[in-house]
Parts: sequence; C-alpha cells; structure tokens
Amino acid sequence: MYSKPILLLLFLLPSVLCFAQEEDLLKQIDNDSVTKEWAAPAFKSTRVIMSHSVEVLPAGVLDFRILHRFGNINQGISQFFGLDESTIRLGLDYGISNKLTVGLGRGSYKKELDAFVKYKLLQQATGLKASPVSVALVGGTTLFTTGFTDPTRENLFSSRMAYYAQVIAARRFNNLISLQIMPTLLHRNLVATNNDANDLFAAGFGGRVKLSNRISLTVDYYLVANQNENLNVHNPLSVGVDIETGGHVFQLHFTNAVGMNERVFLTETGNDWGKGQIQFGFNISRTFQLKKKKI
Amino acid sequence: MMKMKMIIVVVLLATFAANAQDKYFTKTGKIEFFSKATLEDIEAKNKTVASILDTKSGAMQFSVLMKGFEFEKARMQEHFNENYVESDKFPKAEFKGTVVNNAAINYTRDGVHNVRVKGKLTIHGVTKNVETAGTIKIAGGKIETTSTFNILLSDYKVKIPSVVSNKVSNSIKITVDCKLEPLKA
Repeated sequence: MYSKPILLLLFLLPSVLCFAQEEDLLKQIDNDSVTKEWAAPAFKSTRVIMSHSVEVLPAGVLDFRILHRFGNINQGISQFFGLDESTIRLGLDYGISNKLTVGLGRGSYKKELDAFVKYKLLQQATGLKASPVSVALVGGTTLFTTGFTDPTRENLFSSRMAYYAQVIAARRFNNLISLQIMPTLLHRNLVATNNDANDLFAAGFGGRVKLSNRISLTVDYYLVANQNENLNVHNPLSVGVDIETGGHVFQLHFTNAVGMNERVFLTETGNDWGKGQIQFGFNISRTFQLKKKKI
Repeated sequence: MMKMKMIIVVVLLATFAANAQDKYFTKTGKIEFFSKATLEDIEAKNKTVASILDTKSGAMQFSVLMKGFEFEKARMQEHFNENYVESDKFPKAEFKGTVVNNAAINYTRDGVHNVRVKGKLTIHGVTKNVETAGTIKIAGGKIETTSTFNILLSDYKVKIPSVVSNKVSNSIKITVDCKLEPLKA
C-alpha cells in the first residue's frame, strides 16, 4: 500500500517542476549570447584634447568647435596669468555617415587653415566576431596664410602646406578607463633648415578616466621621434577635464601646445612643462543634428 | 484500485497539459517611449523586445536591451545609454507579471479583451510593482498584446540634471506592442 502514494508523488512531481520553471519564462526564448553588442564610445568627443580621438560624428551631425588657448601661466599677475593673450581655432566638423567625418578649421596662429577626413574602420564590440578595439584613420592637411620667413627664396603655394596621417587604435577597457594610441606621420613641404626632416614620425597616446557620467579626466601626449634637436621644441602634453552637458562638451585643460592643428603642435611647441610654460585653454564642442534619423 | 488509476491518469493529463501549446512568444516586439518637456520632445523605439505569455497561468514577461532603443538624434541615444539608464551597468529592462483577469479569456477563440496586468518592472536596476491596463487580441492562432502606461524616472533612480530639466520629462509614456506566436517546445 505504501507504493501507491509514492507512485502518485512521482507523477505529481513533473507538474510541480513545470510550475517552478515558470518563474523565468524568458529563459525559454533567450538567445543573448549570439548577438553582437557595440561598446559605448571610448571618448565623449571627437578630440581627446588637442588630438583626434577614435570617435567620429554620427551621420547628419554638425559639430561646431571653438578652441581657445590663453598665454603662459608663468607670466604672473602682470599678464593675469596668461589670460590677457589668446589664440583661437574655429572649426566645423560634419558626419557624412556613421563612419565618415570631415572637418574644416582656421587657427589664429599663423592664420592657418586645416582640413581632415576621418574614417572609422572598426568599432569595439562584444559577442560574436567582435573586435576588441576601435580603429580610425585620419588624413589631414594644413595651410598657413601668413608671410614666408624667407621671402627671398622661391616660395610656392604648396610650400604653405603640410599633411598628416594617423591610425588611431582605442579601447574602452571599462566604464572608467579608455586608452588610445595614434602613430602619426607628418609631412611638411617646406622646412626651415636642412636639419629639419620633411617627414616627422610621432607616437601619440590618449586616455580618459571617467569620474562620473558627465565628467572625465583626459590626457594626450605626442612623442616626436625625429625632431630637430637644435630647436627649442618640446613634445606636446595636455591634461584636462571633459564636462558634458546635453549638446555641449566643454574640455578645460592645461597644455604646453600653442597650436591647435597637428602641424603646429608637433613642430612648434616651444613651451616646456618643466619650466611652467603652460597655458590654460578650453575647447567647446556644440553639436547640431542636421539630419534626423528615421526611427 | 480503479480510483487510484483514475487519479494517476488525471495527474498525467495535467502534466501534459502544462507542457502543451499554451505559451506564446516574440523576439521582435515593439516598445516605444515618449518624453514631453517644455523645450524638447524625445521619442525612442525598440523593435527587439522579447516577450512570452503563458495563456494557462496568465504569466506575462518582457525583456528589452536598453542599447536597442533608437532615437532620431544620435547624441540622445548616446546620452540615454551612458548618462541616464547606464546600459553598461544595467543592460536590460524587464517586466515579470500576470494577467489579472486571465481566467476570463478564451484563447481558443478570436477576439479582443481588455486586461489588467500586474507585476514587477525593473529599469536601471530598480524594481517596482506596477499595474496597468492593456488589451489582448487573439486572431488566427496569434496573440497581440498592447499597453500604454506612464512611469516616473525618479522611481527608477534615473537622474535628470537641472540643466536639462526642461528637455527631459520625469514622466515617460511607454507603449508596448507585441505580436506573439506559439512557442514550440
């Protein structure tokens, strides 16, 4: 007689199990593991501080950028710690597609124009066939419009120009830290002396530490390999804070680089951090969505 | 002994019934939300909602990847994920609940039913009890579930900085529309 209740229990058990399973019905249709998920942006802006970040603009977005550098802080109170003087670069960048961004700008230093094309080759992701890093390619050109240092020689229009190319590889390691490296080649059509190489090679580093959802610490630096050592030129280093408020990103920073395009900051950074020759500066990025995405 | 056999048969039947075709699901359900503020209207759509309905028990569940929400403005999408719902920390929003008046619905016959759904909604890692009205439409062996309801971002600890308080509303209107098909076990 004992066997019967046990038998009954055996049959009852499956139905009880079925009931227990219903706690998480979604598991029955779950297939999250096979989907590819894009990583969040490694940087808030398309620039780390002075250099290009790995990020490009989304399609249809116009980015108006105001870059501002004051004078050297170590000039003291008479120059109001450098705030009396300033250089500026105004620029417009536009996202042609989600991968391709183009930009134009003009800096007050040497009244120099610059333009670039930037293409996002790879986007970091997790999941199936995911790349662990993001990669972007940048090609740009600069053109100064002030007079030549030596007007007696034959100066061509092309003598005003320089070109640069960069490969940017970046990884957002987690919610806190993003790092990027950017090997860079700069070609100048005209150099001052025979000791100055027309082709300069530089290794760039950029990083970010997020302090909160809207505020992060940033740093970028270039190590120029074959700089003319007779010149008083230093490697450019900038450290700053990114503050994001809706459509704006404010990048407040300290830097020894006067110029705001690749040619100037790689070849004409005469200031030395070690001597306190640094400036306060800010970049303001204001984005406008010109073309809305259909959802 | 006869009685015992009968009981066994009934229990067996009940077991089979529980496994039988009474679950319906989708992975391409739609959820939209709408925020109306003084300066800006914000709208986002997600077309990859996973949802399952057990017509027998009335259990109803939804799961949605926050990164799957699409916005008209790319920056909004970025801010939504990074600053507001923190998608890296809380990748999914989930609802687990039941259809309160499930017993009154005949799923074998075509028709539209007004229902009340009650359960737990998890957004941004915060779980709240919610209850809302919706409809269940049965047509040709398929089930469509729809509902519109409001939530408060403050309930789910989604912070809105004061500088954008006239651009992002604390009250968000959510519309759910899922076309469910039979789940083959």
